[in-house]
Amino acid sequence: MSEKVFTSCTNAGPVTVYVKDGKITRIRPLVADDRDFKPWTIEAGGKKYSPPKKFAVAPYVHADRRRIYSEERIKYPMKRVDFDPNGERNPQNRGKSPYVRISWDEALDIVAGEIKRVKDTYGGSAITGLTSSHHNWGIVGYKMGPFARFMNLLEYTPVLDNPDSWEGWHWGATHTYGFYWRLGMPEQYDLLEDSLKNAEMIVLWSNDPDSTRGTYTGQESALWRQWLKEKGVKMVFVDPFHNYTAGVMEGKWIAPRIGTDTCLAMAIAYVWITEDIYDKEYVKDRTLGFDEFKGYVLGTTDGKPKNPEWAEEESGVKAKIIRALAREWAAKRTVLSGGARGGEGGACRQAYGTEWARMMVLLQAMQGLGKPGRSIWGTTMGAPSDVVKWFPAYADLQGRISTANIASTVPVNPTKQRLWRLTLPEAVLDPPVSWYGEGFCGQSLEQQFKHFTYPMEGHAEVRLLYRYGGSFMGTMSDTTKWVRMYQSPKLEFVFNQDIWFNSETRMADIILPACTGFERDDVGEWGSCGGYTCHASSGCNFRIVVRQQKCIEPLWESKSDYEILSLLSERLGMKEKFTDGRSEVDWIKAFFDSSDLPPLISWEEFNSKGYYIINIPDNYQSTPSLRWFAEGRDCDTPDTNNPKRKTGKAKELGTYSGKIEFVSESLKARFPDDEERPVSPRYIPSWEGHHSEGFKKYPLQLLSPHPRFTFHCHYDKHTDWLDDIPAHRIKKDGYSWWPARIHPDDAKLRGIKDGDIVSLYNDRAKVLCIAVVTERIRPGVIHSYASSAKYDPLIPGRADSPDKGGCVNMLTPSRMVSKHAPGMTPNSCLIEIEKWEG
Amino acid sequence: MSTYSILIDVKKCSGCYNCFLACRDEYFGNEYPGYSAAQPLNGQFWMQIQEIERGEYPKPKLDYIPRPCLHCQDAPCMGPATGGAVYRRKDGIVMIDPEKAKGQRGIVSACPYRVIYWNSDLQVPQKCNLCAHRLDEGEKLPRCVESCPTGALVFGDLDDPTSEIAILAATLPVEDLHPEFATKPLVKYVGIPKRFVAGEVVLKDKAGECAPGVQVRLTGGGLELSTTTDLFGDFEFEGLGKNQCYKLTLTAAGYADASLEFVTTKDINLGEIVLAPR
Repeated sequence: MSEKVFTSCTNAGPVTVYVKDGKITRIRPLVADDRDFKPWTIEAGGKKYSPPKKFAVAPYVHADRRRIYSEERIKYPMKRVDFDPNGERNPQNRGKSPYVRISWDEALDIVAGEIKRVKDTYGGSAITGLTSSHHNWGIVGYKMGPFARFMNLLEYTPVLDNPDSWEGWHWGATHTYGFYWRLGMPEQYDLLEDSLKNAEMIVLWSNDPDSTRGTYTGQESALWRQWLKEKGVKMVFVDPFHNYTAGVMEGKWIAPRIGTDTCLAMAIAYVWITEDIYDKEYVKDRTLGFDEFKGYVLGTTDGKPKNPEWAEEESGVKAKIIRALAREWAAKRTVLSGGARGGEGGACRQAYGTEWARMMVLLQAMQGLGKPGRSIWGTTMGAPSDVVKWFPAYADLQGRISTANIASTVPVNPTKQRLWRLTLPEAVLDPPVSWYGEGFCGQSLEQQFKHFTYPMEGHAEVRLLYRYGGSFMGTMSDTTKWVRMYQSPKLEFVFNQDIWFNSETRMADIILPACTGFERDDVGEWGSCGGYTCHASSGCNFRIVVRQQKCIEPLWESKSDYEILSLLSERLGMKEKFTDGRSEVDWIKAFFDSSDLPPLISWEEFNSKGYYIINIPDNYQSTPSLRWFAEGRDCDTPDTNNPKRKTGKAKELGTYSGKIEFVSESLKARFPDDEERPVSPRYIPSWEGHHSEGFKKYPLQLLSPHPRFTFHCHYDKHTDWLDDIPAHRIKKDGYSWWPARIHPDDAKLRGIKDGDIVSLYNDRAKVLCIAVVTERIRPGVIHSYASSAKYDPLIPGRADSPDKGGCVNMLTPSRMVSKHAPGMTPNSCLIEIEKWEG
Repeated sequence: MSTYSILIDVKKCSGCYNCFLACRDEYFGNEYPGYSAAQPLNGQFWMQIQEIERGEYPKPKLDYIPRPCLHCQDAPCMGPATGGAVYRRKDGIVMIDPEKAKGQRGIVSACPYRVIYWNSDLQVPQKCNLCAHRLDEGEKLPRCVESCPTGALVFGDLDDPTSEIAILAATLPVEDLHPEFATKPLVKYVGIPKRFVAGEVVLKDKAGECAPGVQVRLTGGGLELSTTTDLFGDFEFEGLGKNQCYKLTLTAAGYADASLEFVTTKDINLGEIVLAPR
């Protein structure tokens, strides 16, 4: 049979898929017609910069074929052998007992029967469920579409997500400069051009963009950083790990002790204030509360000057280096790069991470945030991009089949009860639980102040858990508690729907096999999130909308998520309500019709050609982020969700005062006496750091950032080609181990050699890894990425069993950022490490 | 006529492994009759990435050397090959014929660069052939080069003076991976890591400040280099020879000169060097 060619899109780039005899043979970065590209050009320093006509996808995308045909695929519906819906359920054996293959009919009957029973017995609020993110691309099949539509029909109790990658920016920076509609991260428009033209130095603080890759935009920005390096822009990396971007950019590496970044930031402010080298006019006109902040920095309020010597003591970074950095920052046009999207970074995912994120904003405010070369820019977004043309994205209300008004009916969930993802285990095991904050608080600052208690009056406790995906052993905090939760008899029924066996799959009573995006139809724009991260596709050199064509039939007995939910809906008597009378392709066509594409390309051509590239117009106007604010003009960027844009307050930021707030008006209004997130930021030593009691027993700090060769857990475990990349996993004795990086001094002290199997442990857990002895880590710190997909307990079913797979998140604390900031804190984690003797 | 090659700029390589994975996708389980047998699951790295960590905390360096077949003009693998199992195409690509090379394990061990792999199932030696089957079909690039995000891999025709690779080869300081092997490889490199020395200058009477602008001169091994310390008082010399003795002289106005010697048995971090006032 001759070769067939299809187009598809992944979470890190568009691809062309080759199929022979019904089998995928090759997957390439999408091969587009040369004539479809119209590359932009940026002129800077007498040179012209223009991207090549290609798509620089992430490494793992090249291995997708192996992931599609993985032996780790869930091939058939399965039932735990000792689960009987009409008899003994044996929840205590979740995670331990094997499974038996069953038919789709039996599986669907059991799942539909349990949903009906629980709903009839306790009400819809006794049903809960949650998804993992981004294992496939495409808006029709994405979790916020079919899953949400189905669950809303069941009137379930939603689980609110914590902003897991940018906690401190969400709970902190929003109260300093607004941007709550971007969940605390700043706009990034046209900052590539601004940086190429104006930047003289870039401080990458807790940021490894070469590894985190602008979230979904593959390696498009790697070339931008190459350009900046060639231009001679000095790069400084503040990170306890000499990260991969630092490796290729060859900048200055400054390695503070974990938990002391805020201290370093305070000392920089101290130098600027005492040497009178900050933008006083900007501070006067554009900010609020500077004098109170200044009093704290100088020590007039507490008798402790936050000078570089004080910071050296805490952080281990020499005072002279802090001073030199501060002076250069003030003297040169310096970009602050505080995480992949401007904000993010491991420093915000720890105790009091709010304070660091707020300080990042305030430091740059002291140097005129928004002026040429004085931005907060992640180096991964902000290419010239025609953001005016709209195509729905997964986080847009109009990009989900659950909420888009292309549907004739939009089911509304009347249930008011909520759960908090980080404390779901506690909610099941030991209710009540309570917290502040309505998940992703993108509607207002006040959403963060909303108080929740579970169970909510008049609602049932949850009895049925529908887990779609299953990554949490390797991504959430203190994760052994998830095993204990799963084994609770209170969860009468657990079913899991996924493509591959993941860390939680074997905790379910029934397992349903879903298929990959290559086995069904969908549509999606590369890198485009929409919603609270609108215009994220400016991280790509070219906007491209891809018709994700079904390349092969679903493998084994897998089905698309949409089909599985349709079949369940049919059994529950709500099929029409769920499908709205549409097939997946009908939804794709409806989304296409609702977008700005139809005048540009016909449906027929788009459907068969498989893609459309949105080039910038000839008269493209650059509007660098926050330049309007720095210059006191109305907001001129296309930041659609900024509620003040195009109003009488268009000159203002999203804070209460409309200014950058050294003293937060919103925090003052709601939590004026909070010592953990004070109205003006402070350095507060970590509750799990070098000053805490546990440090004596566990003197090493674990740093577990987002990984380099996978997308969170996705592609790990199911894509064995990646195990040949030693920065990802290292093979020893027939097993692919997760690396833990250790400084030679720490290794020597413990008799650990490179390549030894080691145990990372504390009172919470024990995780086995392979030691990588390296000069690239600060002494006293162990670097091991979060996001192992392989949960491989030596004693299956025992929450306290050592894990061989490398889920270091088991070691991290449950405690949150602070009392009123319910974010996760994986980088506040003390451990000890020893050679594993078996 | 054409002569195809890849020019590898080590300084631009970010170690993303796109090239390795794209190569594996092209060849794993896929045979191209007349060109190559299918690549097995384990043990073959037609585009291998050698990761090199150098130096000492807090001044380490990280480099990657992508290592495909170097397509030597004096290819040692042709030596033990019989029956036309290894041959050079007119465009310079060194090919291993997947049929004729069956059973010829000597081809693997003949390669001093260790970039030929033995397929024990098929009993055949295998390696990179610059995606010859693709080029013959009219594709412009091998898969590895197509997927390189930073321009570290440049493919093209060395005989075409207007090609990017020819221009770069003429203007950049290109070198062979292992000149001592003297195999005349077509695949050339830029920026292969050598030894480096780093240090940090401190002025004794101003220990609380970094010391920028200090003149640092390096002599030895036929080199005479000079630099000044940067804003952090740091300096560095790259591209030194192995196991050579070098001398550093540091000069700052108002301070006594300092000089010291070191031997590059490894990459050197001299740590803090203190200059005393005159």
